[in-house]
Amino acid sequence: MEYFTQQLINGLTLGSIYGLIAIGYTMVYGIVGMINFAHGEIYMIGAFIGIITFSLLGAVGITWVPLAILLVLIVSMFFTAVHGWAVERIAYRPLRGSFRLAPLISAIGMSIALQNYVQIIQGAKIKPMQPVVRGNIPLMEANGFQVNISYLQIIIIVLTIALMAIFSLIIARTALGRSQRACEQDRTMASLLGVNVDRTISLTFVMGAALAAVAGVMVTMYYGVIDFFIGFLAGLKAFTAAVLGGIGSLPGAMLGGMLIGLIEAFWSAYFSIEYKDVAVFGILVVVLIFLPTGLLGKPEVEKV
Amino acid sequence: MLRLSGVHTFYGRIEALRGVDLTVEEGEIVTLIGANGAGKSTLLMTICGNPRARRGEVRFEGHDITQMPTHDIVKLGIAQSPEGRRIFPRMSVIENLKMGAQNFGLAHFDEDLDRIFRLFPILKDRQSQRGGTLSGGQQQMLAIARALMSRPRLLLLDEPSLGLAPLVVKQIFETIREINQRQRVTVLLVEQNAYHALRLAHRGYVLVNGRISMSGSGAELLANPEVRAAYLEGGHV
Repeated sequence: MEYFTQQLINGLTLGSIYGLIAIGYTMVYGIVGMINFAHGEIYMIGAFIGIITFSLLGAVGITWVPLAILLVLIVSMFFTAVHGWAVERIAYRPLRGSFRLAPLISAIGMSIALQNYVQIIQGAKIKPMQPVVRGNIPLMEANGFQVNISYLQIIIIVLTIALMAIFSLIIARTALGRSQRACEQDRTMASLLGVNVDRTISLTFVMGAALAAVAGVMVTMYYGVIDFFIGFLAGLKAFTAAVLGGIGSLPGAMLGGMLIGLIEAFWSAYFSIEYKDVAVFGILVVVLIFLPTGLLGKPEVEKV
Repeated sequence: MLRLSGVHTFYGRIEALRGVDLTVEEGEIVTLIGANGAGKSTLLMTICGNPRARRGEVRFEGHDITQMPTHDIVKLGIAQSPEGRRIFPRMSVIENLKMGAQNFGLAHFDEDLDRIFRLFPILKDRQSQRGGTLSGGQQQMLAIARALMSRPRLLLLDEPSLGLAPLVVKQIFETIREINQRQRVTVLLVEQNAYHALRLAHRGYVLVNGRISMSGSGAELLANPEVRAAYLEGGHV
């Protein structure tokens, strides 16, 4: 029971991170109907900008932890969003209206290009970071096993829930969110109603990238090491999460992220840690075969 | 108000409009009739810049809008209820109406909503229902209502009577007249239902294979033997 609770906490932490990245996949798929395979790299860039900002803040003497984290998040979200915007502008917009496979190939190319870009300017070595947030809250103790939730885990889970709530509200209630849903359902009609479709799509990439940046910063603080290749596996897992939840569905991405995090944590704990990635991608295969629309992505019956 | 001169529009290599000249003056109802595939819907979409005219010129109130992006054209005061209605299926009636208004300012939203609900009371009863679950007639009303929410000066209507029961058709045409007379909205109406359209319109154009073959007042066209033979005999309600 104690062991189970501990894995539950670890799984939710991991799931929060996957969920934040998965939102970017699902929003972009919803609005332009393509899988942005460079999104994992956007998350990796978010992590790098985070680690650079932490050391810059340390250099100028800003060491009060809450302020430092807040500044790092803002800086990383901003610059990562710029990268997300540029990726769309360079690699996808010129291909809009071209055959369906073209942006997919371009996405894979973009992913490789971004990895190399970071490798060249930051080096191929692993980047370590000193822990910023230390300390645990012991929750229970039995049979000599203590269940802990760290302050950092609390920050990650709470921040994720808050961001997801904010983004759901933006999509459901604001004019921007309505325009995004309109573009998703009928782009031509949206433009006839005065929606600047290109700008709306750009903003979708910007929003997805900003959330991925938060995930990147959180991972940096959580594991303490990053390298230029972390985007590949995390991106694939978040993509799996988006498919599991139902690609195109925002609550689906959040649910899928949490489930993938939990599956990974429990599989590592009870079966074998070496095969945790196999378990996750096994889920992808099973979902694609038996539940192609995912858990929450059921297509609605519509009158035409 | 609106002037098309020598407009050619292509879909790939297919020439859908082959040099169309057409004008609409402020305050008019102008109808465009023609068979399936004559290019009527293409003409309305060309006015909105999707697809763009490859040759020729479209002017609206003195602006050359031929090369403008669609979202800027409609902000000059043109609204369209397009072919197939194109209601957002996973949005509620209210959200569809908000989409019609939000890029033109939501300042008058409540006031305009009252006006729309007086015009189409059924939409008030269905306001939280999803667009995709409305009946065809209700979707048509919603499409017109959504176009009106932007307070347009020129309203482009594409086959508002398509697939509707005769009683609903009558009601829709009545509403178009009301919009034109009471709210001073200029209307360009595309119709296959030539009889009703020509009776309602001040002037009409006949489009055949991408070219204007005839034009005149509604009454003139109604009396014209060629128009009668091609679009009215045995066809009207």
